[in-house]
Amino acid sequence: MSQALKLDDKAQELKWVGTRPVRPDGVDKVTGRAKFGADFNVPGMLTGKVLRSPHPHALIKSIDTSKAEALPGVKAVITRDDMQDMASEFVPAGEMLVNYRDMVRNVMAREKSLYDGHAVAAVAATNAAVALKALKLIKVEYEPLPHVIDVLEAMKPDAPLLHDDMITEGVEPKPSKASNVSKRVEFGLGDVAAGFDKADVIIERAFDTKPVHQGYIEPHACVASYTEDGQAELWCSTQGHFVVRTHCARMLGMDVSKIRVTASEIGGGFGGKTVVYLEPLALALSRKSGAPVKMVMSRDEVFRATGPTSGAHVWVKVGATKDGRITAAEAELKYQAGAFQGSPVQPGCMCAFAPYDLENVKVVGYDVVTNRPKVAAYRAPGGPISEYGVECVIDELARKLDLDPVEFRLQNAAKEGTHAAYGPKFGPIGLVETLDAVKSHDHYKTKLGPNQGRGVASGFWFNIGGETCVALNINEDGSATLMAGTPDIGGSRASLALMAAETLGIDYDKVRPIIGDTSSLGYTFLTGGSRATFSSGMATVEAAQEAIRELCVRAAKIWEIPEDAVVWEDGHAKPAGKNAGDFEPMSLADIAKMAGKTGGPIVGYTKINAQGAAPSFGTHLVDVEVDKELGRVTVVRYTVVQDAGKAVHPAYVEGQFQGGAVQGIGWALNEEYVYGKDGRMQNPGFLDYRIPVASDVPMIDTVIVEVPNPRHPYGVRGVGETPIIPPMAAIANAVADALGIRFSELPMSPPKVLKAIEAANGAGD
Amino acid sequence: MSKTHVSTTINGDPVEFLCEPEQTLLDVLRDELYLTGSKEGCASGDCGACSVMLDGRLVCSCLVLGPELNGRTVETIEGMATGDQLHPLQQKFLEHAALQCGICTPGFLVAAKALLEKNPDPTETEVRYWLAGNLCRCTGYDKIIRAVLDTASEMRGS
Amino acid sequence: MVEMRYEAPESLDAAVALLAGSKGEARVLAGGTDLLVQLRADMIEPALVVDVKRIKELCQIKAEKGGFRVGAAVSGAVLNEHPKFKTVWPGVAEAFDLIGSTQIQGRASMGGNLCNASPAADSVPALIAAEAIATVVGPKGSRDVPVEKIVTGPGKTSLKKGEIVASFLFPARPKHSSDAYLRFIPRTEMDIAVVGVGVSLTLDGKGVCTAARVSLGAVAPTPLLVADAAKALIGTTLDDDAMAALAKAASAACNPIDDKRGTIEYRIKVAGVLARRTAQIALERAREN
Repeated sequence: MSQALKLDDKAQELKWVGTRPVRPDGVDKVTGRAKFGADFNVPGMLTGKVLRSPHPHALIKSIDTSKAEALPGVKAVITRDDMQDMASEFVPAGEMLVNYRDMVRNVMAREKSLYDGHAVAAVAATNAAVALKALKLIKVEYEPLPHVIDVLEAMKPDAPLLHDDMITEGVEPKPSKASNVSKRVEFGLGDVAAGFDKADVIIERAFDTKPVHQGYIEPHACVASYTEDGQAELWCSTQGHFVVRTHCARMLGMDVSKIRVTASEIGGGFGGKTVVYLEPLALALSRKSGAPVKMVMSRDEVFRATGPTSGAHVWVKVGATKDGRITAAEAELKYQAGAFQGSPVQPGCMCAFAPYDLENVKVVGYDVVTNRPKVAAYRAPGGPISEYGVECVIDELARKLDLDPVEFRLQNAAKEGTHAAYGPKFGPIGLVETLDAVKSHDHYKTKLGPNQGRGVASGFWFNIGGETCVALNINEDGSATLMAGTPDIGGSRASLALMAAETLGIDYDKVRPIIGDTSSLGYTFLTGGSRATFSSGMATVEAAQEAIRELCVRAAKIWEIPEDAVVWEDGHAKPAGKNAGDFEPMSLADIAKMAGKTGGPIVGYTKINAQGAAPSFGTHLVDVEVDKELGRVTVVRYTVVQDAGKAVHPAYVEGQFQGGAVQGIGWALNEEYVYGKDGRMQNPGFLDYRIPVASDVPMIDTVIVEVPNPRHPYGVRGVGETPIIPPMAAIANAVADALGIRFSELPMSPPKVLKAIEAANGAGD
Repeated sequence: MSKTHVSTTINGDPVEFLCEPEQTLLDVLRDELYLTGSKEGCASGDCGACSVMLDGRLVCSCLVLGPELNGRTVETIEGMATGDQLHPLQQKFLEHAALQCGICTPGFLVAAKALLEKNPDPTETEVRYWLAGNLCRCTGYDKIIRAVLDTASEMRGS
Repeated sequence: MVEMRYEAPESLDAAVALLAGSKGEARVLAGGTDLLVQLRADMIEPALVVDVKRIKELCQIKAEKGGFRVGAAVSGAVLNEHPKFKTVWPGVAEAFDLIGSTQIQGRASMGGNLCNASPAADSVPALIAAEAIATVVGPKGSRDVPVEKIVTGPGKTSLKKGEIVASFLFPARPKHSSDAYLRFIPRTEMDIAVVGVGVSLTLDGKGVCTAARVSLGAVAPTPLLVADAAKALIGTTLDDDAMAALAKAASAACNPIDDKRGTIEYRIKVAGVLARRTAQIALERAREN
């Protein structure tokens, strides 16, 4: 149970939390010393490579690996025959669910190739050149089948069927025929029909978005070493090494205790590294060859074979009275899951209208499979898509009602006590504060130039807690070693050290945080759902409090006074009052020095299922300039306002705001998976999958709002995901402001914008 | 396949290695010399994570063949600090929190150092265009640009 | 699988002999910014790679006949640092400078950009507009070829076995002349041109255009020299009517494809818009010379 430290900034000045020191792992990263997934090497290591299907949909009739196996230097070849089949079973992976039967097939195709890039075999050889040569010698006999890559096409009754046992869940009566729709979900409150009846103005729009990739700069990489006694060590770049351990143990039929997974430094994840791709293959190759195996994906493989997020078709309808009160809101979301079920349509439904205080809401979602790589989580999975449609309609509605878009949102904003459409009542939240901050910001008041437009959009994400362990060891010299289990993807080690230092009352520099491997710490769920600083932070504080209690007990022992006569203040044990005795305060170092003599090592160890994660709301303001002759949209000014609860390390909070906003800019303007009629991806590289470059974006200004989360000792809310939610609508709304044209398709790339401008001009003639 | 013998200078030190003709400088650095500070993000010259200096020029090491190195000099991220003194850019990146995951950071540092050596007083736009070949997915570039501009200012002042 | 051999000759004759005598496919390596990408993607499997960067004359920029001779292996970074070239040929300089990132500029060469023969190569429309002449050296000696005659199709050149482009000659510039290059890309950097336009022109003392060359890139299987576009400018002061005629001629000359970088419709439109803008810049520069 978390003993909430009452945070009253007036009474208690924070010394460390809220400051901006250099991160403890920083020097390794600026010198190239830090070891990422592909930087690890062991003697005798083989190189593993994957053979991938070029067919978006095909039966795999046979696989002949004999020539590959005979090639000198090849030590093992694996196919579906080497991977154990698994029964259907759902397990959490971040904020999404995965199914083992699907997972084993995604990692290595069994009956069918379901997307261009689907793994069908893998080879371990003495070096990369031999491994690649061996891949070319593997003969796979395919029987191509018709394919479908568009979500609406896949929902048609005559669409090519990916899984002939897929019966749509959540539909009454249960369908008799299989389809590509794995499930239907519904959320709601009240009566939308009655609500729309009360509306004076109703806006109804449909939107289309394309799959976009997380775009981490580091491709997936791992080194696996399986030894003759059935134990294995795995080094991999991942957001969750305990989750990797679970999946690999299941897939290889091993006890969890026999796999030790070390999380390397990770070069970006954004949700895309919460699942396994190479790891089970590397282990299987290592088992078969008797040697360690290193596997690294090429950029091409990352795009073709690892989860982007869904493309979708989104329909939104919102009605309001003429004085600006929303009376009803409805949406229907159709999300692509890729080759196997499990798009984030459910969280998409739950988030869609969350920023608004609504009596009547209905959101329906469909999860649809298509012949594309299986989607994986991408930063607030599902939310950016649904909220993009909603925030565009909200903007259009505000304009139609002749109301300022920020005012309109304020009038309908969710507050503490609002009953959210997806279930719970909100505790204290900061949406109104972010809207007010936008209103009073200089950006909001600055005049626009020619061909410029301004747009605003809000966003919401739930954030999660989850299973978390932390070990805080007080060393004999008074320094502390903090072991957490959530891989550090954005600088969270600094925040954990700050919270430990603050709670213990020692210098930040005296705390060394590390991420322990899976054998060193109790089960800790992955880094995702904006939970690392929140959950590992909560666990860190509790561990520090436990250590403090023990330090006080030791002081009491030394002073020979009752335990409850000792208090902890400013990093020192002190007698509770004059009556307790006249003793000089003892520092943590003083007590630690005597730990062995007073009872043994002093450790705080926390094992929790962190509760009390609170949502983070954000509002973004953006100015764009449109070159009307070329259709190019340039972002000229961008401001992110978001509620962080408490910014433990403000620079890393700002970093999350800025990074998410720029990913959103890419999603809005240029990023998309381009497929040919042959169902193959045409742009699996950074040349033609266009993420923003430094010259594409301006400085991203940030305002951190702090409405503390009462359930976290320092008031922390997760912040990592919300920033990617508002940008697409904010930019679409800004373009609408500049051109008077609303776009209902992402990305708003130049050919589309120019075409719309010319159509509008033509219509005007 | 017969390997080529190459004699080169890396971070000021004479280095010899054997490589296949198709191995790139990046492959050689990482796989033969265990200098893993330069990263592979794309192997096609689009991301800049493999940036090094070749005979004083900023290049992508993934687009240089190993055998080309004969008689040439290479500077990588590993040579940027002097002893235990960080280069001002490295220090400023840390102070400005100009890195999150850090995978792109070596490439940015090498590229930014090349910029400041050529142009000690760049504008924000000049910095952004010079660094357009270095992709970052975590930071949105803001703090990186600020760190480079701040370093330029400090290096001019001192 | 073909075993690749790497050679780094120090003279042009040695390079030609290697290329002419190669049993399998031979490729020239200058900057490698296209070659290595293609090697890695398994698009080519050369038996021989001839690195030409150790051949002096391919890496030099010299004054010649009042103009410049630029070695085919000179990198963008080196060209950019030449004190005079970009003041005389700002269009060629900026076109070359647009190729890729700073890192790519550290290696990319004019010869490579031309001979890779991508329809979207950035420097080529500017070279064509500039009336640059490529000096081709081969087993039978050397010959001079207008740049627009080198590229014959996507990935194809008119070079024969053993031949290599050694250098480019840029002619002496009459007074009141200048050039410009613009391209359209979806981002601000790092993209392949969706449309590229190079314009070079000369004015007389009264500001009337007496000579012009307009070249388009990325809108046809090869870069185009558009005579009609030039005609629209010659004899005019590049007033609105002339510019409109220029834009029309540029759009009309396009024969583009739909691909992941742009649609046919879009390229045709943008060619006209950019032709106008490029000519305007060339005009303003020419007036100052």
